[in-house]
Formats: sequence, structure tokens, C-alpha cells
Amino acid sequence: MTAADLVVAPPPRPRSGQSVITRVVIYGLLFFFAVIYLVPLIVMVMTSLKPLDEVTGGNMFALPKSATFAPWTRAWGEAAIGVSDTAGISGYFMNSIKMVVPAVLISTLLGALNGYVLTKWRFPGHKLVFGMMLFACFIPFQSVIIPMAVILGLLGQIGNQLIDATGFSFGFGNPTVNLVICHVVYGLGFTTLFFRNYYEAFPTELVKAAMIDGAGFFQIFRRVLLPNSMPIIIVTVIYQFTNIWNDFLFGSTFAAGDQSPMTVALNNLVNTSTGVVEYNVNMAAAIIAAAPTLFVYVVAGRYFVRGLMAGAVKG
Amino acid sequence: MSVTIAPVAVTDGRPSPALRARIQGLVPKLVLAPSFLLVLIFVYGFNLWTVFLSFTNSRAFASTKLIGLANYEKLWNWTFETNPPSSWYTAIVNIGIFGGLYIVFCLALGLTLAILLDQKIRGEGILRPIYLYPLALSFIVTGTAWKLFLDPGIGLEKAVHDWGWTSFKFDWVVNPRMMIYCVAIAGIWQTSGFVMAMFLAGLRGVDGEILKAAQIDGASTYATYRRIVIPIMRPVFLSAIIVLAHMAIKSYDLVLSVTGKNPGGAAELPSTFMYSYTFTRNQMGVGSTSAVIMLMTIAAIMIPYLYSELREKGQ
Repeated sequence: MTAADLVVAPPPRPRSGQSVITRVVIYGLLFFFAVIYLVPLIVMVMTSLKPLDEVTGGNMFALPKSATFAPWTRAWGEAAIGVSDTAGISGYFMNSIKMVVPAVLISTLLGALNGYVLTKWRFPGHKLVFGMMLFACFIPFQSVIIPMAVILGLLGQIGNQLIDATGFSFGFGNPTVNLVICHVVYGLGFTTLFFRNYYEAFPTELVKAAMIDGAGFFQIFRRVLLPNSMPIIIVTVIYQFTNIWNDFLFGSTFAAGDQSPMTVALNNLVNTSTGVVEYNVNMAAAIIAAAPTLFVYVVAGRYFVRGLMAGAVKG
Repeated sequence: MSVTIAPVAVTDGRPSPALRARIQGLVPKLVLAPSFLLVLIFVYGFNLWTVFLSFTNSRAFASTKLIGLANYEKLWNWTFETNPPSSWYTAIVNIGIFGGLYIVFCLALGLTLAILLDQKIRGEGILRPIYLYPLALSFIVTGTAWKLFLDPGIGLEKAVHDWGWTSFKFDWVVNPRMMIYCVAIAGIWQTSGFVMAMFLAGLRGVDGEILKAAQIDGASTYATYRRIVIPIMRPVFLSAIIVLAHMAIKSYDLVLSVTGKNPGGAAELPSTFMYSYTFTRNQMGVGSTSAVIMLMTIAAIMIPYLYSELREKGQ
């Protein structure tokens, strides 16, 4: 956590008498790299605003001559995703939202409780438990995806039997539910890590005092820790939101067809081999797919970076 | 069958204080248990299951018929099958190229940007988010953007031709032999900002007094960084390399989106190899073997690192 705060607040640094030329070179390089990082996004936006003939015939760095929002409306409501579906990406956008919201909330809540137990109610072996959960952050999903497919297939069969028996599947076999399961389980390592590190620094005396006053486990959590957890909740929610929204592997494996999340739909749209490639529509769809996470980054960049750093610099 | 009821100290219909305390003592463990159980099953159990599958002759469906090390032998032989190159050989070569370039360039760019930003720059608050925003994008969006940007027909090559340099040629993204380099370019663009943030945090953590002392001793800026700052930041280098290495091994979506579904397996990586052998080529045994190799590689990188990090914190 401290590492990220250091990024935000630069301490005074002695300026070792740099010459004007050095300063110009430094600013020049920084500006050059800023342009490099921005250009793909700018090209994306400009391409999405051009009619198709201007994209295929013109220079990608040229400003749109006859700017149009048609590619955007096409991407949202009409573009062909895959073979048969021609309703644009709007439905898939909603799929992603339906998956992201419960997955983020559940994994964050569980992470908070785990972090609370692992710091304030320690038991012999707590370090091993934490270490084992931490390793969950780093496994390649390829090494769990076959068993996951088998288990989710079983859940689907249960769902079918439930439909036969009661007319309702109770969520068994529902692709969105499947993806929520995946993202909660494989997000637990990160959410636990975030809250554990945060609560580690939380004064244990306050917890002890509340205990002496007769407060129980959940009361202490709700009244003492949660009210002081806002920063880490924001960090965790943003981190989980970004990761789950951007996931592709689980989405493409466990939610096929019109149930798939946004990233999978975008990939299908871009790689359809039928007809003319509508680059402008593809770019509009890509920007729509990126919009939620970019928006979060713009309004809460500080917390975003903090989450990244906490996820990278362990311990 | 006899049922024994444990003697419970019942006095006035409410549990005795001693029992209440014991229940209270159990609550934290009960709260942590579901999460830990999920991790045990979905991470460790599933990994073992995949290891088991790698010893079976599973094809389209999981089988229990053990065939010893046959799958491993197959992969081992493919590792040296260069003419014509086997998919596994291509995957190994590509992960070497991709991982090497990805790690080296992310470190170099990240360190350069961090050092430049640390020179008391005006407008740091604007520049820093520009270098970091690609991280908020999904790999599919990044890949889509770079695929368009590098497309010789409408992207960079075309633009340079329009500007008058007509002999300029840059068709890597459609050239099977060079595709993997485009994946590396897109990956570096996406992640180098993150490495910059890690290094910047490290630089800001360097004690200003040491730098002042070096300055008084007449050390040049270059010498100060070369001999003092960078050696102090060795742990940051280690963290960055480990994070990058494990991200490189896990890279999957980026390959598919930059190359357009990896045509002809030219940009094969172990991650895509695993997926295609398991889910499209119906050789689940071979697929899980490659997944186990990925897992072992990541474990070999992460476990010593996590172990030392957790130990250090405990002291």
C-alpha cells in the first residue's frame, strides 16, 4: 500500500543542476512516449468516426472528413456477431454487466471477511492458509479449465433435470452463473490479499477494545472495520471489476453464443470472415468494450494504480 | 446404529459462557472455511485433476485410462521436431521470443520512463496516467487496436506510403513468421506503464539523504543512478521480472486478437497450444500435459518468491 502512496506523492528531490538542454531532452522524451502510448487510442477513435471508404481509402492518421456516428450505432445495435446474430453488441454488454456485478460483490465481501479473520482472529497455520490462497492468484487458468468444464457440465445436467422436474433451473447451468462462479473462486486470492494487507495495518487495540465491550465477531467487523475500509473496498472493487470485465478465457470457454460476455463478442465481431471487414464498426465496438474500465480508470485512477501495485508487490 | 448425544452443559436454556466462548472461537474459522475450501477444490484439487488427466489417454472427453508418461514423451519429442516444426516446438520458440522481448522491453521502458518522470517534471500528473491507461483495456481491445494499426493495407504502412516513403514495408502482422513480434509490441505497449509505476514507487522510496550525499561527493546524475539508485531497487527489479514472466506465460487473449485467431498456429504459445489440443483437436491428454508444464513453470517462478516475501514479512 505504501508503495502506491509513494507514486502519488513525490517527495522533494534535489535537482542536480541540470542544464537547459538536459531538461529539453527529458521533456522531449516524455512527450514522445506519451504520443506513442496515445496514438493507438486516437487512431481507434478516429477510425470509428469515419465512413468505411474513408478508412480503407484514406490515411489512418488523417482526421475524419465527414465524421459520422453510424459505425457506433451499427456496432451497438446491428452488427453481425458470429454467423446468425445481427443485433449488435448491446446484448453482450448487458451479459458482461450481469456477470460482473455479482462476481465483484461476492468476491469482495468474501475477501474482506477472509482478510479480517487472517489478521484479527489468527489461528495456528494462518500463514500457510494465506500462502495457499495467494498462490491461487498466479495459476494459469489452463491448468484448471478442463476440470472446470467437467464440473460446469455436471451443473448443467443438474439444471436440465431441475427444469424437467420443476420447470426452473435455479441457475444451474446458466452461463452467467457459471462465469460468476469462476470469477469469484479465482478472484478470492486477490481480494483476500488486498484486505489482509490493509487490515494488517489496522490497529488491533480497537478490535480488542470492542471485544472487551462485548462485541462479537460480526459486530466488530461491521461496526469497527468496515466503516474504516472504504479505500481498500474501492481498490478491490476496481481491481476485480477490471479483471472480470476484461476476462476472455473463461468467457469464451463457458459462455458460448448469445450468452457470451463483451470481450468474446468483440473478438467474434472482429474475426468474422464473412463479408467486408468493417474496420470502423470494429473500432466503435472495441471502444464500447473498453469504455467501462476506461471510465473507472479516469475517475478513480489513484485507486486503480494502488490495486495494481498491491497485486504485484506482495506481502 | 447408535446415536450418541454429546453432553451439553445446559443450565437455564442458554449456552453456558464457556460454550459461548468456544462457539465464538469457532466463528472466524467457519467464516474462512468456505473460501479456503473453494480454493482447495478449485485450485489445488483441479490442478491435481489436470495432472491426473495428463497421464491418461483422454481425447474429446476425460478418460481414466492411464497410459503412463506417454503424453510427456510425445511433448518431449515434439520439442525437438523442427522440420517441419511441430506446434509445440513453435509454441516453445514463440514463448521464448515473446517472453524475452516482453520482459526486457517492459523493464527498459518502465525504468526509463520512471527515471525521466522522477526529474521534478511539471505535468507529471498528466503524463503518468497516459503511460498507464492501456492497463485498463482488455487484451482483446488492445489486440484489436494494434491489428488495425499494423495492418499493411490500411494502417501504418499505408500511412507512411501516403506521406511519400513508398518503399516502406511493415507487414509483420500478416506475415506468419513475424506475427509473434507484433504480439510482443502490443503486450509491451499495454504493460510497460505498469512497470513504470512499480519503478517510480521504488525510486520515490529511495532515501533523499543518500542522493544528497552522492551529489556533495560530486557524483554525476548518471553515476548516481547507475551505482546507487538502481542497486537499491534490486527488489523492484525482481518483483517486476516475476510479474512479467508469469503474465507472459499466461498470455492468451492477446495472441488471438492481434493475429486474428492465430492463423495456421503461426503465433502458437503454450497457452493457445493447450487450448486447441484440448478443445478443438480432441487430444485432452496432450492438452493437460501442456497445462501441467505451464503450471510447473509458473510454480517454479512464484513459489520461492512468495515464500521469501511471506517469510520476510513475518520477521
